[in-house]
Order: sequence, then C-alpha cells, then structure tokens
Amino acid sequence: MIRSTSLPLYVTLATFVIAYALCASAYPAMLSTRVAANLLTDNAFLGIAAVGMTFVILSGGIDLSVGSVIAFTGVFLAVLLRDTSIHPLAAFAIVLALTTGFGAAMGAIIHHLEMPPFIVTLAGMFLARGAAYVLSVDSVPITHEFYDWLQDIYWKAPSGGRFRLTGALMVLTFLGGILVAHRTRFGQNVYALGGGAQTARLMGVPLGRTTIGIYAISGGLSGLAGIVFSLYTSAGYSLAAVGVELDAIAAVVIGGTLLTGGTGFVAGTFFGILIMGLIQTYIVFDGTLSSWWTKIVIGALLFTFILLQKGLTWATTLRRRPAPGSPMPS
Amino acid sequence: MAAPHAPLRRLAPQIIILAAVLALNLAVFPDFFRIEFQNGRLFGNLIDVLNRGAPTALLAIGMTLVIATRGIDLSVGAVMAIAGAVAAKIVVDGHGWGTALLGALAAGGACGLWNGVLVAWLRIQPIVATLVLMVAGRGVAQLVTEGTILTFLNEGLIHLGAGTILGMPTPVVIWIALGAGVTWAVRRTALGLLIEAIGINESASRLAGINAKVLLTCVYLVSGLCAALAGVIVAADIKGADANNAGLWLELDAILAVVIGGNSLLGGRFSITASLLGALIIQSVNSAILLSGMPPEFNLVIKALIILVILVIQSPRIGHWLYILRASGGDPAPRRKTPVKETAR
Repeated sequence: MIRSTSLPLYVTLATFVIAYALCASAYPAMLSTRVAANLLTDNAFLGIAAVGMTFVILSGGIDLSVGSVIAFTGVFLAVLLRDTSIHPLAAFAIVLALTTGFGAAMGAIIHHLEMPPFIVTLAGMFLARGAAYVLSVDSVPITHEFYDWLQDIYWKAPSGGRFRLTGALMVLTFLGGILVAHRTRFGQNVYALGGGAQTARLMGVPLGRTTIGIYAISGGLSGLAGIVFSLYTSAGYSLAAVGVELDAIAAVVIGGTLLTGGTGFVAGTFFGILIMGLIQTYIVFDGTLSSWWTKIVIGALLFTFILLQKGLTWATTLRRRPAPGSPMPS
Repeated sequence: MAAPHAPLRRLAPQIIILAAVLALNLAVFPDFFRIEFQNGRLFGNLIDVLNRGAPTALLAIGMTLVIATRGIDLSVGAVMAIAGAVAAKIVVDGHGWGTALLGALAAGGACGLWNGVLVAWLRIQPIVATLVLMVAGRGVAQLVTEGTILTFLNEGLIHLGAGTILGMPTPVVIWIALGAGVTWAVRRTALGLLIEAIGINESASRLAGINAKVLLTCVYLVSGLCAALAGVIVAADIKGADANNAGLWLELDAILAVVIGGNSLLGGRFSITASLLGALIIQSVNSAILLSGMPPEFNLVIKALIILVILVIQSPRIGHWLYILRASGGDPAPRRKTPVKETAR
C-alpha cells in the first residue's frame, strides 16, 4: 500500500500527467519542446521562490514577503547597475547577501520574540516593497552586456525549443532543495520542526538555528528568484511580482505539502509549478478564455488539494484511533 | 473587564498613539483640525481621515471577530472586489440601488459562509481556507465585470460612497453605525464572551456547551458582510467596479488595524473599538505622510516600521520580561498567567 504521506505527491504527479495529456489531445502542438522550454523559462522565478516557500511551509510557517523581495531585488539590481559601474556578478552577490540577511532577520524575530510568522513576514512584505519604492518608483531598464550574454545562453532542442539558463537554474534549485530536505540534518530538522515545535525541541533539534536558517533560505531564494526575474524582464520595477507569494503557496499546496507542516516534498512543488504553468499555457492556446480563468482554476485546484489532504489526515487519524468515540483532534 | 474604568484603560494605548499621530499631522500641517461646513457638507482633513478610513474600518470590524476566534480572513479584499462588481452589475442592468446593495451583501454573505463552512465544518486552517477565495475571488469578480471596469451613474449607489447624511460623508456614518451596532450586539449579550471562549480554547468551549461550529460560521459570515459593505463603498466612491484593484491589499491593512488595536492574533479578548481606533491610526499615518509632502514611496516603509515596533511591544516574550521586571521591582502586579498586552505599553 502507498504510504499516505507520499500519496499527495502521486496525486499531483497524476494530475500533471492527465492535464498534460488532455491539453495535448486538444492541441497537439502542446507536445513540442517549445512549450516545454517556455514552461520552464516562464515559471523559473516562481519555481525558485517556491522552493524556499516549501521549506517554510514544511516547518509549519509561512512567508508572505516573497513577492516584495523579488521586486526589491529587481529594483536594487537595476539601480545599482545604472548608477555604478559594478559588475553584475558582484551586484548579484550583494543582493543575495542582503535578501538572505533579511530572511534571517525575520526568522530571528519569529523565533526570539515568539511571534506568528504570518504577521512578521507581513511586516517584511511591507518593508521590502517600501524599500523598492524608495529606490525607484519607475521601471528601471537594465542594459548591460553581461545581462545580454546571460540571456543569450540557451540550448536549442531539435524541434526548436530553447532551454534557457534561468530554466536550468530553477531545475538545479529544485535538485538542491530535494537534497537539502531529504539528505541533510538541517532538512530533517525542518521536518521535525513542522511536526511539532515542542516535540522537536525535546528531541534536541536546535529550534533557533533551524528557524533562522529556514527563513534565510526563503529570503535568499527569493533574492535568486528576483535575479532570474530581472533577467526575464530586463528591468527592475517596484510594482512587479505582486502576489507571487500566493502563487508560490498555491504551488506548494498543490504539490502536496501539508500547510500545517511536517509532511510534503520539494519535488511535489515542482509539479505544482508545472501544473500552474500548464493552466496558463492552455489558456494562451485556447485564445477564447480570459486570463481571469487562471485564478479561478488555480483556486479550485487549491481547494481540491486541501480537501484531499484533509481527507488523508482524517483517514490516518482514524486508523490510529480505534475508538470512534474519542474526540477528534482539531 | 469588571472595573468601571477598564474600557478606557484598555483603549489608552490606542488613544495615545492616535493622539500622537494626529499631533504629528498638526505639526506638518497647521490647518489640520479646521473643519468647515460648505454646501451642506463638512469639509476638513479630520473628516477626510474618517472618510478614507471607512473601508479599513469596516473590514476591521469583521476581522476583529474572526481574529478573536483565533482565525484570520485573508479573502476580504477579494470579497470587496466581488461585492463591488455585483453591485455595479445590478445597477448597470437597470435595477435600483437598494437591489444592488442587497445583491452585494448577498454575494459577500455567500463568500463569508463559504469561508465559515470550510473553517468550522471541514476544519481547514483559517489561513488556508480563506486563501482559496483570496486567489479565486478576483477571478470571480472579473468574471462578473467581464474584465472591464464597470462604471455606473446611479445616484443612489453613488450616494453610499460620495454622498452625505446630515453633513457627514455617508461612509463615515455607515462604519460608525455598524461598529456601534456590532459592539452593542457582542457586548450587551453573551455573544462576545462566547466568541472569546472559542478563541481561547475551542475544544473546551465546545465541552462547555457552546455551539462553536455555528458561531464560527457566523463570525466569517459577518466578516464577509462587512467586506461587501466596504466593497460597495469603494465602488460607489469611484463610480465604478474595478475587479483588479478594489480592496487590493486591504486585508492586510485590516489585520494591521486589528493588531494595532491590541488584539492578539492568537485569539481571545477583543475590542472592536480598539480595532477601529487602529484603522484610524493607519489612515492618520497615511495622511501625515501625504500632508508632510514626503514622497508617498515612504508610506510603506514607515508603515512596516510602525508594525514592527507595535509587534515587538506586543510580543509575549517582551511582555513576559516586563512582567518579571515589574514583579521584581516590588510592584504588586495583578497575578495573571499570561501577561496582558496593555501592561507592555
């Protein structure tokens, strides 16, 4: 029998395969490598941010600052490259250090002041977005040979699909995330923390270090997502990437990670991202459906997966509790 | 809560913060407190604060109740967009403003009911349950407006957002009346106590005989209705329903108003008046930033810093330290298991 913790992952995988098959039967062109390549390129920044979000949600927290940090990174890079003659790679290093530090600071506040992650990252969201506004309210174009060079790196598949650097970066991030989550002590600590902070502490998990690490990862990956986003749009705009955190959370949930923390897979998030990208691609192919259907379908998917998770949780608690008269844990 | 001067003491931090922010307003703009009566309508910056704060204040009323049950309602912004779209659609189709208002309230109520059922009956965490509608809601609103900004010229509906009642802008009258009504309903009956009981310990409250499911559903229903009212006001104010931008990020302002109002996100004791003061504080900060001639870009940074300061003051750890400090200082502090927020002013 399939373990109930990995069942959501299989459901996500099956949903993706069936959805792709349905799309392909309606529009055979969906099978081309162009579509596959665009699916990766267009969702690269969202995917990278979602990896960080997966860690946060696995630990039972939430990070609402993701979209703002992406916007801040873009504006910061654009302004830095416009006003100074610094090399983009150095700028990348600076901005990654900044965003990682920002995430770590939020983690520290959450841990040391015992405040709900929701409200702390909400403040972080305002702060990052506000910092982006302060840097520039206009869209700042990025023109640098190094950027052009990075954007021109791609591997052309036989049938014309261009697999770009950013897509590869997303896949690498996911692979890294999977390794960290399942093959390191830190990853196990994250799962333990999500299973229950009190239990984890009794087991000897360093709560402070883990919490700060988790939010630092989320902040750093948001920064990386911001870099990818600036490569994607060649500009920095303080109003960009509004609501990306919601898309990332939706992808994580559709990917089968329990929002209460403790169970889930980084790999599931990857397919969550692909499913969301697929919906958008289908709407583009169809041409008659309006863009707002994306939101409705994603909302419906979110609802379905939440119900599925709820059902699974119920099933497992019922199996563990033979006495039906005992009160249900909330 | 038994002492007669308790309500004032509960509200003292909010009143002091509001007074400080208003004083700041006065410092940057000497005419701030001047109120004129022209063309049968009150004019002045203070009235503006009350008027512009109306959507946040309305949302804060519902949000206070939801947060008191240890929940959260992320969908209010999207519900505002839906309600505004429904109201505009009904008016554009040639019906009266009363029908439009009822339709919008029905839509908001349905959204609230949906959230309530997910939270109370299906036992989904509030953040997640309301996230569904937050994501899908704007899509639904766009479905209603068919992707355009629906404009209307119905006098009655516009009156709700831009008109006046006895010289006072209608939104101000609406939120003050609703705030007073809900406060009366929860404080003059046992309702408020029951809501607090759910927030403090849901299982215990259920064992004590409280019908937690129905009450939880009702709380989300009220939040949906408040959001619908706010949505109609926002739509009426601009004479059009903008599904993309109506109420955008207002859910965060509403949560912030509740938090500034000294209500714990962990549920339990609540004060609607304090939340309303919180909404006014937010609006006064906005107006201070605008009046001072500072670039509006700083608005968000300042807001974030204010939240951070308030959060740090409210944090249980700091409250605990202060409690210990006071206790060791020989001050006979009242014995409480958990330090209450206002002690950490």
